[in-house]
Amino acid sequence: MKLLVCISQAPDTTSRIAFTNGDTEFDSNGVQYIVNPYDEWYALVRAIELKEQNGGSVTTITVGDAGCDPIIRKALAIGADDAVRIDVKPTDAMQVARLISEHAKGAGYDLVMCGKETIDHNGAVVPAMIAELLDCGFVSNATHLDVNGSAATMRREVAGGEEIVEVSMPCVLSAAKGMAEQRIPNMRGIMSARTKPLTVETASAEAETRVERFALPPEKGACKMIDAENAEELIRLLREEAKAI
Amino acid sequence: MSVLAIVSTKNGAAAKSGLEAASYAAAVAKANGTEAVALVAGELSNASDLGATGVSRILQTAEGITDSGQWAKLGAAAAESTGATVVVASHDALGRAVAPRIAIRMNAGLVAGVTELPANGSVRKNVFSGKAMADIAVNGTVAVYTVTPNAFGIASDGGGAAVETFSAEMGTAKEVVKGFEAASADGQVPLPEAELVVSAGRGLKGPENWGIVEDLAKALGATTACSRPVSDIGWRPHHEHVGQTGITIRPNLYIAAGISGAIQHLAGVNQSKVIVVINTDPEAPFFKAADYGIVGDAFEVLPKLTAAVHALEG
Repeated sequence: MKLLVCISQAPDTTSRIAFTNGDTEFDSNGVQYIVNPYDEWYALVRAIELKEQNGGSVTTITVGDAGCDPIIRKALAIGADDAVRIDVKPTDAMQVARLISEHAKGAGYDLVMCGKETIDHNGAVVPAMIAELLDCGFVSNATHLDVNGSAATMRREVAGGEEIVEVSMPCVLSAAKGMAEQRIPNMRGIMSARTKPLTVETASAEAETRVERFALPPEKGACKMIDAENAEELIRLLREEAKAI
Repeated sequence: MSVLAIVSTKNGAAAKSGLEAASYAAAVAKANGTEAVALVAGELSNASDLGATGVSRILQTAEGITDSGQWAKLGAAAAESTGATVVVASHDALGRAVAPRIAIRMNAGLVAGVTELPANGSVRKNVFSGKAMADIAVNGTVAVYTVTPNAFGIASDGGGAAVETFSAEMGTAKEVVKGFEAASADGQVPLPEAELVVSAGRGLKGPENWGIVEDLAKALGATTACSRPVSDIGWRPHHEHVGQTGITIRPNLYIAAGISGAIQHLAGVNQSKVIVVINTDPEAPFFKAADYGIVGDAFEVLPKLTAAVHALEG
């Protein structure tokens, strides 16, 4: 099986979120970047499991500048065979989807696997865009994936439960919790990752949106404390003051 | 020119998220002095609810569609036939799969997960897992928006809409739905749509103690949720896990008992309108993100709250 896993970098969850340049850019000063958790824990690990079971190869693809190389090396340490980095600083989802699908078109991948969303822009739309550009089937928020012959059987999160979906391959999926368990790279993986091929490609594609400005949410007011002895008071406040029930 | 709403259905009726998308589309149309048109695939038993959102027409296909590629061809054809320059869908399972495909077909700018109406040439959405907002502008003339569930109310003052049959060349399906498994058998509102959520964490000490959580949820008509450690150790099912790696929710009320409020948990719940935290530890970080707090033992506090809700109703 030939598997392509889309890997994005994202600020570590505990990062301080601040903006610069007149609130038009994310302030990356002092920010630690990680592999976007959904890409790593679910999509990448499931791809590696499929390769271990069925043979084949796992390639990762990232749109970004050389600053992304550390997280790409981590994906290689976890078990990807090789990596592609498209040397473009991404500005929107459409641009990223166009660049990835240009690479994937005609390259013979059976599955293109993504995380369900990135934890910075929270768009969750690049995977379906890639599917449309490659004219193939798509399953969002997949929690389970099995491959049998030329079809993939997946479970996907929908309101109120999960659907079981069969999709002919090649296809694209976005992975959610349940698809695989996080893997910690071992020393052998980390050593071998240094010499695995990382190909840098140059390309360009149009973006269709732009960030005008960022803003931080208003500070939350002080938490109103209610005595545990008088817990019923909370229900009164929720009804009369917060009007939440 | 018009605004097209992609309306998700469930059990043959427009879903809550679909009605929200239609309401948003109607508001955008009103601001631009044009009409909003709803697009539905298959059965629609609540056309009057959909008309009440303010859409002036409803386009309906004869059969339901489960394939996202077919849905996108249908949506793009409907946008073309109505001259839509804005396409709106919910940021639900259907919208996440179909709206990006429509954006590709129309070379449109897509803004995913909007929380407010467009204003001054841009539209607001949450970013960094609710820790910030961004105003996004679309470069071209056609925009596609997906609306965050529970962010935009359902309008009910519209004048009603005529239903018209619509069809388009959609090609063959590549995705075939083989079955559905309900997450909970007891008729709770699904978490992403829930307006009231009662959640608990390791402070409950064991799965056998969840009765007091379920009792309060039942009294309020709320949906139950849990923290990651609790679903990881198997006390509660995975589909109840809210947080960074689980489900992101945006209810009107989120009650958390015995959850300390790690940043990964907050990322999934910080868009809740009112947050109540019950914890024995007065230093629990969750209190900083809460509107109301009780320092106390969930085993004592939760039954008191349940009784107080029953007393209100009685």
